[in-house]
Amino acid sequence: MSEDNIIEVENLVKKFGNFTANDNLTFTVKKSEIFGFLGANGAGKTTAIKILCGILFPTSGNVIVAGFDIYKERNIIKQNIGYMSQGFSLYEDLTVKENIEFYAGIYGVKRKEIKIRLDELVDKLQIHDLKNKFVKDLPLGWKQKIAFSVAIFHKPKIVFLDEPTSGVDPITRRQFWDLIYEAVESGITVFVTTHYMDEAEYCDRISIMVDGKIDAMGTPTELKTMYKAKNMDEVFVKLARKQTEEIK
Amino acid sequence: MNNSIEIYNLKKSFNTVKALDNLMLTVEQGGFYGLIGPDGAGKTTLMRIITALLLPDSGSIMVGGLNPVKDYKELRLKLGYMPGRFSLYQDLTVEENLSFFAKVFDTSIEENYHLIAPVYSQIEPFKNRRAGKLSGGMKQKLALSCALIHKPEILILDEPTTGVDAVSRRDFWEMLSQIRENGITILVSTPYMEEAVLCDKISLMFDGKIINSGTPTEITSKFKEKIFILKTLHLREILKIARQMPELKSVNSFGQNLHLVVRDNLVEITEIESFIKKSCDYDFKIEPYQAGIEDCFIDYLESVENV
Repeated sequence: MSEDNIIEVENLVKKFGNFTANDNLTFTVKKSEIFGFLGANGAGKTTAIKILCGILFPTSGNVIVAGFDIYKERNIIKQNIGYMSQGFSLYEDLTVKENIEFYAGIYGVKRKEIKIRLDELVDKLQIHDLKNKFVKDLPLGWKQKIAFSVAIFHKPKIVFLDEPTSGVDPITRRQFWDLIYEAVESGITVFVTTHYMDEAEYCDRISIMVDGKIDAMGTPTELKTMYKAKNMDEVFVKLARKQTEEIK
Repeated sequence: MNNSIEIYNLKKSFNTVKALDNLMLTVEQGGFYGLIGPDGAGKTTLMRIITALLLPDSGSIMVGGLNPVKDYKELRLKLGYMPGRFSLYQDLTVEENLSFFAKVFDTSIEENYHLIAPVYSQIEPFKNRRAGKLSGGMKQKLALSCALIHKPEILILDEPTTGVDAVSRRDFWEMLSQIRENGITILVSTPYMEEAVLCDKISLMFDGKIINSGTPTEITSKFKEKIFILKTLHLREILKIARQMPELKSVNSFGQNLHLVVRDNLVEITEIESFIKKSCDYDFKIEPYQAGIEDCFIDYLESVENV
């Protein structure tokens, strides 16, 4: 594994019966970059993320995450990553503080350390009033920001964000990206999926999955040049259009 | 009567939370109306009251000439509703779901096929697949078909494209414009501003009220601040620097560019340029810009939040 890479994927294949969800994926993610993992609904993004997080085994191929092998060292990988999705993030019936303590505890953060980091976080997000509220009583935007902070609370090497800003308003989305930038500056690698093409522009590098395969990869500028497009939205539409015609 | 929806002073509270606070809204017959607003603004509550799924505390409301509180049975025949969460029967096939909804309304797929054809024809090849096994884009199309099968006069769509990819989203909005050609009134909420501008009229909701509405051009022409666009390959770095400039009211990223809103017309392009150049050597270009809906949205919300 190269020094600069935090994720190395080589010929990754994942099949469910006859269906090939991931069809020979090869890509690398560099340390401390924002890697945008784009694709249409059903292209196979979530399957790939589950494999990278050690939740699913691949059918074949080599996958190294944070220096560890996905087949043999899944449990060590889990200690080194953070994960957040739109679908599942926090326990609704626990307060913000309880959620943080619970997750930090699972990741083995020491009790003293939890207290210090919790105070820092409350100051940073200005959530003195919110910290003792039940998560279910918070607006979606706050849930998402807090879920992200929980996902990186144990200072993982990589954080996986699966559509973190889905359904969130324009202001909250930008605040969320400010948090992403901050995490990257502190050295965390961010692996993110989104359906907002303006957010695709904020990534350092992007891959676009179509039908289980990675069809394009590069910096936003490279991709726009390659596909003669004026923005990422056009790149995405050009790539995804051909297959959605057939399937959807 | 030329309005499909007329709402005056509508109020709804959940315990101590005011979800709708003296809300006013008029949607013309055959109109294509967009609702935008931050989470918790009350959009879903409003839609549930319009569809007679929730009772208002007070105020007057007429939908399709009927009162949703008293005439909810009649109203159901006139309304198509697509809730935010996928709520069809996962264990039934595509076709079974559709014929179930048709039968409930005493009609059949054949009778109104012409109405759903632009949408349904795309998922018809999968009509024997269970709804739970469909991809996100296909579920969306099935839900829309089911909401349309009884030939409603008014279609209420609660964030139909949230979580849907950029290509499927375009297709979905193309279908909506075909549907409205049949004279159906559409009220739709969306977190995507590029979708909102496709509507005839938009309302921005905040804190249970509608704080701004009009055609997309009316809304953007109300934007009185000076706004510039900054183009650069070093977005993140320049974003940070520009935010240090006190004369700028806001600096936000918009895809590959930054939008800079000037406080009280205090500065011109050259002054911003020299401010940024003091802190970095990156190449960038600043040009005048015409504010879009998203600029207006951000500006309104930032101003109300700062009050």
